[in-house]
Amino acid sequence: MKNLWEFWISRKSRTGVWDQCLVAFAIIGGILVMLPLLALANITIGQLADLPYFFEVATDRKVIGSIVLTFSAGLNAVLILLILGTPLSYVLARTQSRFNQAVESLIDIPLVLPHTVAGLMVYILFMQRGLIGAPLAGMGFFFEDAYPGIVVAMLFVAMPFYINSVKEGFQKVPVHMENVARTLGATRFQAFCLVVLPSSVRHILNGSILAWGRAISEFAAVIMIAYYPMIISTLIYYRFTTGGIKESTAVAFVMIVACLVVFLVLRTITRFVGRYDDRV
Amino acid sequence: MLKIFNLTKDLGQFVARDITLEIEKGEYMVIIGPTGAGKTILLETIAGIYSPDEGSIFIGGKDVTDLPPRDRHVCMVYQDYMLFPHLNIRENIAFGLKSRGCSKDETDKKVEEIADFLTISHLLDRKPDTLSGGEQQRTAIARALVMDPVVLLLDEPLSALDGRTRDKLRKELKHLHAHYRITVLHVTHNFEEVFSLADRVAVMNDGRIAQIGKPEEVFRRPNSEFIADFVGVENLFSGICTDLDGASAIDVDGHRIISNTCGIGGRVYASIRPEDILVSTEPFESSARNRFHGKIDDIADNGTFARISVDAGIPFIVILTRLGFEEMALKEGDMVYLTFKASSVHVFG
Repeated sequence: MKNLWEFWISRKSRTGVWDQCLVAFAIIGGILVMLPLLALANITIGQLADLPYFFEVATDRKVIGSIVLTFSAGLNAVLILLILGTPLSYVLARTQSRFNQAVESLIDIPLVLPHTVAGLMVYILFMQRGLIGAPLAGMGFFFEDAYPGIVVAMLFVAMPFYINSVKEGFQKVPVHMENVARTLGATRFQAFCLVVLPSSVRHILNGSILAWGRAISEFAAVIMIAYYPMIISTLIYYRFTTGGIKESTAVAFVMIVACLVVFLVLRTITRFVGRYDDRV
Repeated sequence: MLKIFNLTKDLGQFVARDITLEIEKGEYMVIIGPTGAGKTILLETIAGIYSPDEGSIFIGGKDVTDLPPRDRHVCMVYQDYMLFPHLNIRENIAFGLKSRGCSKDETDKKVEEIADFLTISHLLDRKPDTLSGGEQQRTAIARALVMDPVVLLLDEPLSALDGRTRDKLRKELKHLHAHYRITVLHVTHNFEEVFSLADRVAVMNDGRIAQIGKPEEVFRRPNSEFIADFVGVENLFSGICTDLDGASAIDVDGHRIISNTCGIGGRVYASIRPEDILVSTEPFESSARNRFHGKIDDIADNGTFARISVDAGIPFIVILTRLGFEEMALKEGDMVYLTFKASSVHVFG
């Protein structure tokens, strides 16, 4: 905010007049900023007007349970991404072949598909008679209307956010740096663990936050495979269709507050982690 | 120490072709060549980053062609330092010792010792991004040297540095080589580095080694037009340098050349650009401190310039504009005076 102000001041003092082009652009762009701002203000004022009701909803065990479920399922999706997505990102960052383009397009599919379609794809694959669901069901592992189903749907839609961010981070670490580590006695795997990973902490963290944010905000893909247990999006939609605006906005506001707190904490952490990343 | 036979590696954009090279133990070999000549890929293939398409590499008598980098005991220093940004200077230097399982006490001792030698002891607890380019490159060199490599590979180690730092670090490389007697393979496109550091020089072009030999040999007697063009050093003399109150005198086969550059003693190279030498048929008063008298033994007239070889006991090349050349009506066999300033004499070594 302060920087922006200094920027405007400098515009004016240097030329003596406001830069008309920038002012015009700022006004046009401001309309866009107004959208989330108004929406937030509107919902906040509405809730503050009836605080007792808000607290009643906020302490509702169903609501709290649903938020915890959503956050934890998102976290699990991110954990799977850390384990499976990190090696994939490294391969994509360090190789150049026609394969890469194909794989990258596949990874990006969830970005361009309607999420109901994504959900349907996940459902067909993981339902009890599905290609993956059937054998796993034999082992007592179910996805339909179950926690694993939520995680898989979230994983599917969050994947591109994690992979793309981490791949970019790995690409920023010069291959020469790895080469140095290898001539100093490290194996390629050690060079990855001791040099590439620590130099990309920030991108990994950013990718994880983005992916987690995408995961917990998912609705369409999740309800296709798991309407129950209700994640927060499902619960809000359910309350909206059964209890109306008042009930659903209260739940929504609880979620807004919870998300704001979590993201503030995460962003604060990232500010102090791996700052050398950008300078590699 | 390092023997390379018929090495070929094709990376599409960069290629090394049929390279045969032998480096003695303790030798300082410099490879020079234009950008894209395949110098870096040669170093990286020696280091084991790439496995060659053809040919073999022997280090210390052992065939290492198929060994991974960590088993070759060669270390690499790149132009842009490549320090590990998340580690401080001490941890950077200790990286290799640690991965080789060196004890903590020994690691600490070795790190301190090498840091002391490279005058970076006071920086050990700092992070790389707070260091200047010169300091970072010292760290990179320390990090490689502390491993006591069989061969040290330097990929344009001075190219990213500013002029003064480059000169300083170049001298240190020389000192370092003399002190540790390690085998060095140094890639550059800078001629001064060749003259001041190289025991032998290999000129690379288009993936191949075009000529190899002692610097003077290669630069004086280029074996191809490419090298003559690329090297392009004329009036290059090797001599003994002594101080001469505020300047220095270089004794070249009994002839004395005076230079403004001082503080360099011993065997040096001096070069004078041909266009900095004034030609006259009569001696004249001038503040220039160098004057030679000699006979024209060759004139090459290319239309705009005339390139004249003068034998003044030592061979000079001078370049005259067409106009000057015609006015003086010079011909082969004429005696001329050559005059040039002490500041025109570039000394290195």
